[in-house]
Amino acid sequence: MSDNTNPTHKPVLLAAKQVAKHFGGVKALRDVSLTIRQGEIYGLIGPNGAGKTTFFNCMTGLYIPDGGGFDFTGTPLVADAPDQAAARGIARTFQNIRLFGNMSALENVMVGRHVRTRAGVIGAMFNSAATRAEEAAIRERAMALLHYVDIAERADDLAKNLSYGEQRRLEIARALATEPKLLCLDEPAAGMNATETGELRELIEGIRGDGTTVLLIEHDVKLVMGLCDRVAVLDYGALVIEDVPAVVQNDQRVIEAYLGA
Amino acid sequence: MSIKNWLLPRSTVGIGLIAIALIALPFALATGGQAWVRIANFAILYVFLALGLNIVVGLAGLLDLGYIAFYAVGAYTWALLASPHFGLHLPVWAILPIGAACACVAGVLLGSPTLKLRGDYLAIVTLGFGEIVRIFMNNLNAPINITNGAQGITLIDPVKIGDFSFAGNSTIFGLTLSGPQKYYFLLVALALLVIVVNLRLQNSRIGRAWQAIREDEIAAKAVGINTRNVKLLAFAMGASFGGIAGGVFAAMQGFVSPESFSLIESVMILAMVVLGGMGHIPGVILGAVLLAILPEALRYGVAPLQQLLFGKVLVDPESLRMLIFGLALVLVMRFKPAGLWPAPERKAHGNPNPEEGRA
Repeated sequence: MSDNTNPTHKPVLLAAKQVAKHFGGVKALRDVSLTIRQGEIYGLIGPNGAGKTTFFNCMTGLYIPDGGGFDFTGTPLVADAPDQAAARGIARTFQNIRLFGNMSALENVMVGRHVRTRAGVIGAMFNSAATRAEEAAIRERAMALLHYVDIAERADDLAKNLSYGEQRRLEIARALATEPKLLCLDEPAAGMNATETGELRELIEGIRGDGTTVLLIEHDVKLVMGLCDRVAVLDYGALVIEDVPAVVQNDQRVIEAYLGA
Repeated sequence: MSIKNWLLPRSTVGIGLIAIALIALPFALATGGQAWVRIANFAILYVFLALGLNIVVGLAGLLDLGYIAFYAVGAYTWALLASPHFGLHLPVWAILPIGAACACVAGVLLGSPTLKLRGDYLAIVTLGFGEIVRIFMNNLNAPINITNGAQGITLIDPVKIGDFSFAGNSTIFGLTLSGPQKYYFLLVALALLVIVVNLRLQNSRIGRAWQAIREDEIAAKAVGINTRNVKLLAFAMGASFGGIAGGVFAAMQGFVSPESFSLIESVMILAMVVLGGMGHIPGVILGAVLLAILPEALRYGVAPLQQLLFGKVLVDPESLRMLIFGLALVLVMRFKPAGLWPAPERKAHGNPNPEEGRA
């Protein structure tokens, strides 16, 4: 990651502009603005309840922000349209893994190809040549992604029967299947041991190496500081700081937010 | 290798045996009377309906308790377009697509306002929809007589292909076929078509999207599935199958009335899907055939059996029929909760703690 430590000259991929969200009286996000540049690994950290996942949900269209909005590759993202966000190139994983439990690992990844393929009901009914070709391509790509995250041998097992670490990897493979420009990982290292976290780190660096920008929500400060090019800190729904890890680590406000003032 | 491999129609021998059995069946049944052929025909019709409902309930996971409404729409479409009621006598190739299209529109009409509902709430709304359709059929005889109300529509045209009518006896290659036997072969052909279409849909891009919605709607949205359109598609496809089945039903019976489309019919079809194995096509077929034939077999078997054992009929066959039927359902749900013939992967790894109902 030597040439990526200072990516300030790279074009902006995602710009959050004064995003606000409240649930009743609770202000989950207070005018959060930040920019993610192409090709970087961007960390979003903060204490529990700081609004990290809410930010994710607003960005991926699951929540409608009460104020502000997002620009993605220069044009605004439509709120409340998760399928369009995926089509534009934003893919995500979930903090509490959300796989399609009664479908095989391979099928899970194949569902991820949905947004990049076109076959409809008529094509399927008549099993047209175009449909068959597309189906073969979907299967091949899905299998390649399972190899990529190193769980190819579990392809035919039901997702719910995979181990915790495998499920995390499968969720990443499913997200990658949508060919994202920006991959958002919501606490991917939660519940992992040191070895698994190390493997995850290699996987994330590999994904960035392939040209995908990564947004990472994480509690594991060591992982974030070692892996990310830039880090943003949220506290009580407000942005505290957005900078390179070395600066963030020594910021007084961050230390207070984490250790308590 | 194992019994299972032998039973599954993988080999040419297996397919051949099933084909011979399917061809021989109406002739074997006819020796016991045409009534048995009619029962077989209804069993196939129920296979049709159960496969259609399986798309909505089994694949997309949308609990639909008003499915019979689409059957009714298809049946009435045929009845109105091919009977003396309006003096219309359109040919099959025109009516069946129109019936399917009408049912499809009804499916979208039901689907669009219920998109945000799921589980019990969706079940209640669809149940209401089924009743609304039936009540409409019952009351649309005034001020303009459209459906002829509770009396129903009679003298409906049978299926006719060219000059060949499916009603009455006819002789083909020296074989005399009765009306029900001819319908049997028509229904088997249609059912095979429906099974092929279902299998293809299930293993298609759209089929996977349906299953993804069933498994986790939020995750399905996040991977870019337009859940609104894909759900509507499930309603529309399921309804179309129901509409075609309804059309064949009307032609076969020659008579439709609202009482054929009561809530209990919807419940029956749902029971077929659930009992057989939700989302698993062979299981759904098994469930449909069993539940269609079992009550009839009991109806014909219970009275003679009592006569034989006790010398007289102690319990009214009709009430005993429902009793045994209910008991069978309870036992299956207790000992085979995933259905009689569930999808093999689910059977292999029974999950003791399925994570249900997280929204």
